[in-house]
Amino acid sequence: MENSVKIVTEKLNLYYGNFQALKEVNLEVCSGKVTALIGPSGCGKSTFLRSLNRLNDLIDSVRVEGEVRIDGENIYDKSCDVVRLRKKVGMVFQKANPFPKSIYENVAYGPRIHGVRDKKVLDRIVEKSLREAALWEEVKDNLSRSALRLSGGQQQRLCIARVLAVEPEVVLMDEPTSALDPIATQKIEDLIRALKQKFTIVIVTHNMQQAARVSDITAFFLNGEIVEVGNTGLLFTQPVDQRTEDYITGKFG
Amino acid sequence: MREKIVTKDPGEGIFPHVTAMAAILIILLSGSIFFVVLSGAMPALKKFKLSFIFSTIWDPVLDIYGAAPAIYGTAVSSFLALLIAAPLGVGTAIFLTELAPGWLRKPVSYMVELLAAVPSVVFGLWGLLVLAPWLRKGVGLFLDEKFGFIPLFRGPFLGVGMLTGTLVLTIMILPTVTAISREVMLTVPLDQREGMFALGATRWEVIRKVILPGSKVGIVGALLLGLGRAMGEAMAVTMVIGNTFIISPSLLSPAQTLSSLIVSEFPEAYGMQLSALMLLGLILFAITLAINIIALIMVNRSAARLKAGKELVPVQISMPYGEGALVLVKKKNLSKME
Ligand SMILES: Nc1ncnc2c1ncn2[C@@H]1O[C@H](COP(=O)(O)OP(=O)(O)OP(=O)(O)O)[C@@H](O)[C@H]1O
Ligand SMILES: [Mg+2]
Repeated sequence: MENSVKIVTEKLNLYYGNFQALKEVNLEVCSGKVTALIGPSGCGKSTFLRSLNRLNDLIDSVRVEGEVRIDGENIYDKSCDVVRLRKKVGMVFQKANPFPKSIYENVAYGPRIHGVRDKKVLDRIVEKSLREAALWEEVKDNLSRSALRLSGGQQQRLCIARVLAVEPEVVLMDEPTSALDPIATQKIEDLIRALKQKFTIVIVTHNMQQAARVSDITAFFLNGEIVEVGNTGLLFTQPVDQRTEDYITGKFG
Repeated sequence: MREKIVTKDPGEGIFPHVTAMAAILIILLSGSIFFVVLSGAMPALKKFKLSFIFSTIWDPVLDIYGAAPAIYGTAVSSFLALLIAAPLGVGTAIFLTELAPGWLRKPVSYMVELLAAVPSVVFGLWGLLVLAPWLRKGVGLFLDEKFGFIPLFRGPFLGVGMLTGTLVLTIMILPTVTAISREVMLTVPLDQREGMFALGATRWEVIRKVILPGSKVGIVGALLLGLGRAMGEAMAVTMVIGNTFIISPSLLSPAQTLSSLIVSEFPEAYGMQLSALMLLGLILFAITLAINIIALIMVNRSAARLKAGKELVPVQISMPYGEGALVLVKKKNLSKME
C-alpha cells in the first residue's frame, strides 16, 4: 500500500457543552502507517479518536466544528452516512468489550448487521479475521465457546478480529493494551505491526515505549491541542517543543 | 462493604441503635398486620375452605361467601392493564434512554415519576368524572352498537365497569413499568452499546440486539411489579369498576375485584362477613407478595450489573401496596489502570 494521506482534520474544535476539549486540531494521518497519539490524561486523545468515527455523536452535549476528511470526504457533512463511515473506520476500545455471545458470533456480528447471511461466507470471514487477529490457532477448536471465558488478552484480540471482520480501512485503538499483562501486550503490538500493511492505524497510548515500538508517526496532545507531530523516532529523540521534551522525559503527566 | 466512620460526634453512638430499632419496629409491624389478617380470616377459612375460591355466591343474608367473581375481576383487570401498559411503558423507556434528544430526557422522566406519585383517589376521580362519561358516550357506545353481538362487548355500558377499571389501572401502572424499565435499560453497559455502534450498527439494531436482550430479565421484573401494583390497587378501581359481584365475559359489564370488594363492604361488615373480607385480603396479600418478591429478585439481578461501576445509582422499586421507593445501589470501585 502506498503511503498516501488517508485522514485530514482541519481546524477541528470539539465542545462538551461549554467545555472545549479539542482546539483547532490539524492532523494528517497516512495510510500504511501507525500514528500514535500521546499526552497526559484528559488532554483529549480519546475525544479526538472518537471524532474520527463520529462515536462522539452518541453524547448529547457534544458539538463539533471544523472538518474531518477521510479519503477527501468530510465525515461531518450532512450527506455522510454514519453507518458506512463506522464500517470503514473500526474501533478497538481500552477495555475489551466482547458481546456476551460465542467467539464465532462476536466475529460474525459485524458482517451480519451489514447484510451477510450466507453461512459459508460467514465461516470464511470469521476464520480470516481470527487469523488476522492472531487468535485463530488458540480458538479454532472451540468457536462456540463464550467470548467472556477468554483471557483479557484473547478478548482484546477477539475485539480486533470483530473489527477486521467488517473489512475496515482505518482501525482506531484507544489504549488497547492498558489492561493487559506484558505478554498479551506484546502480542497485540506484534499484531499492530503486522496489520499496518493493510490498514491505517491510529492508536492512543499512555505508554511511550509502546508508541516508540509500534508507531511511525507520533502526535503529542496537550490540553486539547496538538503541540507537536512528527516521525516517531525524531519526536522521541529530538523534540522541537519544550513541552514535548518535558512530557517524554517524565516531567509531568 | 460498610464504611467505618471515625468521629467523636456523640450522635454517632446512638444513631445506629435508633435506625436498628426503626428497622425492627417495621418488621414487627408488618408481622402483626399479617397476624391480624390471618386470625381474622380464620373463621371464614375454616368454614368455607377451598370452596371460598370457587364459589360465586356472596350473600351476607345467608352468611355464605365465595370469592370467585372478585378473583376473576382482579385477574382480568390487572392482566389487561398490564397487556396495554407493557408495550406503552417499555416503548416509552426505550424512547427515553435511546432515542429522545438529551434536553427532553430529564423532564419527561421526571413527569413519568410524578405520575407515580399522584394519589390513587385522584385517578379514581378522573376515571369517574372524565373517563367514564367519555367512554360511555364514545368508545363504549360504539363497541356495544357495532360489536355487541360478541360477548366481549355486550352492553349496556354504564360508563363504569371492567373497561374503565382496566384503563384507569393501565394509567396507574404505566409509571411503574416505564420508570423501572428505564432504570434497567440504563444499566446495560455503555461499552456494549459503543462496541456495536462502532461496528456500524443502527440505533434500532443496538436497541434490539443489545438493550433489550441485556435488560429482558429486569423488564419482566418491571412488568411484574406493575402487575402487583394493579392487583393491590383499591381506591381508584372501587370508584370506576361498578362493584357488581358477577362473572361476565363482557368488558363493558360492571365487575368487582378483591380490593374493591374489601373497600366497599368493610365499613358495614361484621361476623362471618368480616372474616370473609379478611380472607380476601389474605389471598390478595399472598398473591401480591409473591409477585413482588419475584419481581424484585429479577430487577435486582439486572441492577447487580452496576457493581462493575463506581458511583451510587438510583433504582426505583415499588413495594406491596406502596407508591414505590428509590434505593441507591452502590457500584463497586473498578480498579482503573491509568
Ligand atoms: N462525555 C463527556 N462530557 C464532558 N466532558 C468530557 C466527556 N468526555 C471527556 N470529557 C472531558 O474532555 C477532556 C478530554 O477527555 P478525553 O477522554 O478525550 O481525554 P484522554 O486524553 O483520552 O484522557 P485519558 O488518557 O485519561 O484517557 C477531559 O477534560 C474530560 O474531562
Ligand atoms: Mg482516553
